[in-house]
Amino acid sequence: MADTLIRPPAEAAPVEERRRQPRVRKTPVTYLLRLIVAAYLFFLVAWPVSLVVTHTFDDGLGSIRALLEDPDMVVALQLSAYVAVWSVLINTVFGVGMSLLLVRYEFPGKRALNALLDLPLSVSPIVVGLALVLVYGGRNGWLGPTFASWGFDIIFSTPGIIMATTFVALPLMIRELVPVLEEIGTEQEQAAESLGANGFQRFWRITLPSIKWGITYGVVLTLARSLGEFGAVKVVSGNVLGQTRTATLAVEEKYLNFDQQGAYATAFLLAMVSVACIVVVGIIRPKNHP
Amino acid sequence: MIWFSALVLIPLAAVVVTAIDGGWDVFWATVTNGQTAAAIKLTVFTAAGVTAVNVVMGPLIAWVLVRDRFWGKSALEVLIDIPFALPTIVAGLVLLSLYGTDSPIGVNIANQRPAVFLAFLFVTLPFVVRMVQPVLEELDRDVEEAAASLGASRFTTFRRIILPSLTPAITAGAALSFARGVSEYGSLVLLSGNLPFKTEVTSVRILSSIENDNVAAAAAVATVLLAISLAVIVVLDLVQRRVAARG
Repeated sequence: MADTLIRPPAEAAPVEERRRQPRVRKTPVTYLLRLIVAAYLFFLVAWPVSLVVTHTFDDGLGSIRALLEDPDMVVALQLSAYVAVWSVLINTVFGVGMSLLLVRYEFPGKRALNALLDLPLSVSPIVVGLALVLVYGGRNGWLGPTFASWGFDIIFSTPGIIMATTFVALPLMIRELVPVLEEIGTEQEQAAESLGANGFQRFWRITLPSIKWGITYGVVLTLARSLGEFGAVKVVSGNVLGQTRTATLAVEEKYLNFDQQGAYATAFLLAMVSVACIVVVGIIRPKNHP
Repeated sequence: MIWFSALVLIPLAAVVVTAIDGGWDVFWATVTNGQTAAAIKLTVFTAAGVTAVNVVMGPLIAWVLVRDRFWGKSALEVLIDIPFALPTIVAGLVLLSLYGTDSPIGVNIANQRPAVFLAFLFVTLPFVVRMVQPVLEELDRDVEEAAASLGASRFTTFRRIILPSLTPAITAGAALSFARGVSEYGSLVLLSGNLPFKTEVTSVRILSSIENDNVAAAAAVATVLLAISLAVIVVLDLVQRRVAARG
């Protein structure tokens, strides 16, 4: 009797338990893995990053204030922001175009194009800079002298920095948009077309709203990448104080000139922006992929 | 299309053309030049070593992030992405503050080879983790339980059930992290000191060639890097197609 009374819950429990079990089960291995991972990340990422923060505030807000009062630094920060905004704009417009092209149309060489799109992510920024100098260099590039004769310098001035930045951040937007576009398909657009919407209306009212989050995510990633680009910019910019020195170049310059406080402060500002970007992405993402 | 060619394809083609302009012999002589060869060797070996570490640590981290639940897990999630978002020069500075000359824990590896290894490890951290994580999340836990109920030990379950489904993701992540390692520049500027034959990596070598106005040499070395990047992309494409074919 006691058996029959006890058994039903005992039988029901394993089902419940089995569903939860892998999450609840804690063996020494679980703790060990957790410890290894936490320690690894702590030593590799968390501690070094936190040190920069403490170094920055060694003397209170002084170093940040000094930074923002230095006119050259302000110009560098403005240039970085200016370049990043342009690169985001260019990459957004063309990223949407390229993604539509890749998803909606079939053409020869599509696979090669698709694969080549990843190139900017895996190629060295120095190589990117070199490549741009070879083509657009004012003295002996392939196209550079032509542009120069029109009174339009690319390398060692702002357009070159924008190009380099756009190059390295190029795949981010496209890689975000392609899966979204593939998922939404064309049915709604076809419906809109049959109801008499023209191409522009279809894009504006159907496609764009559905890829809104993909674009936002792409913009944030591109922004973070653009602000932080260093290698490619170093090659093409010429690093002229107050003219073509971006914030990342200033970090190096300051550090090598033994202005560690200034270097840490600048690094802190840049790190804040990128951490903010990650957090924004983290907030957006769950909405996008429930 | 035109925009893409103007920005990406033409410049990269220019690199290759400049490199082979002087003929094969010149190209070969440049690449095998003592200092350059040392730089390439250091870069490739370090990147390979770092990739090996990532192949072990990446799935481990992904596993803990997906299967385990504990306080502060979301903070770890953010930590993973930091190396990707942080400007590379800042990454170098960040590492220097802990492992540099005025290190609070007394580890000073600045201007030494481990510095290169450390910098690579930092910047390539997210790749394997982020590739493996979604796969692990989608993995059907029933299969593991079936294996366990048939008497497989946890190790066997891992080796025969989990590992095979993770392999494509690990391969893709490893390829990306290798490519990233080989091409890394920014984080090394401050950390490694760029001593010839010792801690000078390929990217730095290219830059010094450019600064000495020796564009041909720079292009030759750049072509080597470009070839490595292309090889990685081909590997990625093959892996993706194999996964797609399997469904």
